[in-house]
Amino acid sequence: MTSAQLFNFVTVAYFGAMVLFVVFLPTRSKQIALGATFLAYVGFAIHTVAIGLRWYESYQLPGGVGRAPLSNLYESVVFFAWTILLVYLLIDLKYKQRAVGAFVIPFAFLGMTWGQLRLDQSIDPLVPALQSNWLTYHVITCFLGYAAFAVACGVSIMYLIKEGKDGGESRSDSPAGGVLSLFPSTRILDDINYKAIMIGFPMLTLGIVTGAAWANYAWGTYWSWDPKETWSLIVWFIYAAFLHARFTRGWVGRKAAWLSIVGFGATIFCYLGVNLVLSGLHSYGGS
Amino acid sequence: MNAKERNGLTAVWDFFCSLKLTIILLILLAVFSIFGTVIQQNLQPAQYREIYGETTYQFLNSLQFFDMYHSWWFFGLLGFFSINLISCSIKRLPRVLKIVKNPVLTPDDTLYRTFSNLEEALVKTPAPEVRDRTAALLKREFSAPVITEKDGKIHLFAQKGAYARFGVYVTHLSILIIFIGAIIGSLWGFKAFVNIPEGKAANKVLLRSGATELPLDFAVRCDDFSVTYYPGTNRPKEFKSLLTILENGQPVSEQLTQRPIIVNDPLTYKGITFYQSSYGPAGDPVFNVRVRVRETGETRTYNIRQGQRVELPGGDFFRVAAFTPSFQEFGPAARLEVFPSSGPPRAFNVLQAHPEFDARRRGEFIFSLLDYQQSYYTGLQVNKDPGVWVVWAGCTLLILGSLIAFFLSHRRIWITIQPVGEKTGIKFGGTAHRNQPGFELFFDDFKKKLKKEISS
Ligand code: HEM
Repeated sequence: MTSAQLFNFVTVAYFGAMVLFVVFLPTRSKQIALGATFLAYVGFAIHTVAIGLRWYESYQLPGGVGRAPLSNLYESVVFFAWTILLVYLLIDLKYKQRAVGAFVIPFAFLGMTWGQLRLDQSIDPLVPALQSNWLTYHVITCFLGYAAFAVACGVSIMYLIKEGKDGGESRSDSPAGGVLSLFPSTRILDDINYKAIMIGFPMLTLGIVTGAAWANYAWGTYWSWDPKETWSLIVWFIYAAFLHARFTRGWVGRKAAWLSIVGFGATIFCYLGVNLVLSGLHSYGGS
Repeated sequence: MNAKERNGLTAVWDFFCSLKLTIILLILLAVFSIFGTVIQQNLQPAQYREIYGETTYQFLNSLQFFDMYHSWWFFGLLGFFSINLISCSIKRLPRVLKIVKNPVLTPDDTLYRTFSNLEEALVKTPAPEVRDRTAALLKREFSAPVITEKDGKIHLFAQKGAYARFGVYVTHLSILIIFIGAIIGSLWGFKAFVNIPEGKAANKVLLRSGATELPLDFAVRCDDFSVTYYPGTNRPKEFKSLLTILENGQPVSEQLTQRPIIVNDPLTYKGITFYQSSYGPAGDPVFNVRVRVRETGETRTYNIRQGQRVELPGGDFFRVAAFTPSFQEFGPAARLEVFPSSGPPRAFNVLQAHPEFDARRRGEFIFSLLDYQQSYYTGLQVNKDPGVWVVWAGCTLLILGSLIAFFLSHRRIWITIQPVGEKTGIKFGGTAHRNQPGFELFFDDFKKKLKKEISS
């Protein structure tokens, strides 16, 4: 069994979980929700093993290639999907709001599918600039942040749908009430949005700081305003605005949900857009 | 100062203290930062003229868009941001200190009315009993209360995580500390580079800004530079320089003699750090070529430079015309030219990895490239940043502060118990200094428990 095969199983498991979560919305079947959650856990477990296996495989290659599997676009997408599941399952343990799965698992499934179908999966040796433990700390913290923002974005979309369709919690007998009544209340959605960003923001802060520490160690400048750094700062500004907006009257609810969605858009641009659209020092997206 | 002036001043003060300004500044910073990622920064004027044309170039240049993160308006924005941060803290910190140090122990109706989490109940249980049970419940579910009895009323006050209030101030202070660190670095630090050929020493570096020379009060010698590749590929695995620090011509210490530096492992001496950043060939390589005369088996070896013509046994000449360290997948290869005494010159390739390859050419001589010595220079980035420790201190505080601000919340619960005729009236409310929705969920749960506790 190779890690590549395991990653295929993971993708299939997430696909199954996603379909079941979506089926759960109209059917309201407890069993289906349980099945979906079970598949998500199974997928996550295999995912964890597969990442470990890929790590091990890199050490089996000739020529001292071994390293943590976090250093090219494929590996980062796979890790991103893993962190999304991690944050999702944590939130699920706390809130047990199964409908949220239908809006979060798709991000992980899309990432895995893109990685498995379109990206170069070879394990290449690291160029000298990437040979540093800081790389590992930097990637782990950044992606935990991104994943929390993905969850926040998912629940913000739910918030806007719920708010828009039935104007809050009261009218659960409205035409769309069948599906929407399964959504958590807007209050809980708003709370999850905030909680997820509360996890994500310090993680992103740590990600930026470890990135700066690494740059300082490797090149002697902790900040050089290259596009990737700058975009991570832009994302940071947006979520800082989100956090402060909570203290200003009228900025909770809808506006907070929109800021969260814009923030995740900027996050994805920071992760992929900068490499695909702009140029910079962070090179791995180009390949 | 008359009343009008004072009003004006208050308005300015309120403007700088406002959180709306904070949100606007954060969004402005985000939006302006985007420009600098779309417009490439710090290119040559000629390159900009080519991309944008003369007029647009002049316009963008006058607004410093080509080095926008150091433009007056970006610094201005950061200045505004700092003032906003400082005034907000000055305004709020005393209030927070008061809330934490002198909590209201005997709440009145006005205070209760400000809570969105508020509940009242009427039970048959006598007041002292209610007091003891709620106190026990608070202790179990929340934290031990302060009990005050006044004017026939019993007040309970309990709080948790009071210091969470200061996390925000630590976070904000840390941002200012990072700014200070950056300013120290730009005032008293420098960024420079130096290229040192193997075997040579340098005691001057070239500043990146303006390319002026900066003398060092010591010298750096490059004893060796080497590149290694992953086996069977052109992918570099490691760039390594061996550096020795010299003062008055003598190595300063054992550790700083032939100290290896690689890309992620720099060397620091007297606050100045040397980073491996580039390399290149210094002068032509020297080739070690063996020539065997096919008929007699007589061999001769040569140490020659590229282009240097030397005589072969029998009077012909040859030279190394060209060289590459990696010829397709074969590794180092040299192109040789033989000049016979009569007839046109002949050119062919020899491979270091296959010394007998040339035998197949069936020439009069069999050439082998045994070895070559390429001497390199090492390219070092040389930086001094005395502010970097201030920046790291700020970053540490930033993370600690935001963890405190997020994961600890100052939560307070007040309970007032008073006899109402035969029965006992109980009123209770609570607030959290942030994350109200989360607290509400807790409070709803607490409410049920409390009612159950006192009504049985
Ligand atoms: C112009 C700059 C800023 C001003 C004036 C400002 C002001 C404030 C104020 C007044 C609060 C509410 C404190 C309270 O009463 O509990 C706050 C909260 C906070 N600020 Fe700032 N802030 C600024 C920039 C930043 C930045 C750049 C960050 C980035 C880390 C930040 C992080 C926080 C955090 C983490 C909180 C707590 C949020 C929460 O509890 O949800 N602030 N800020």
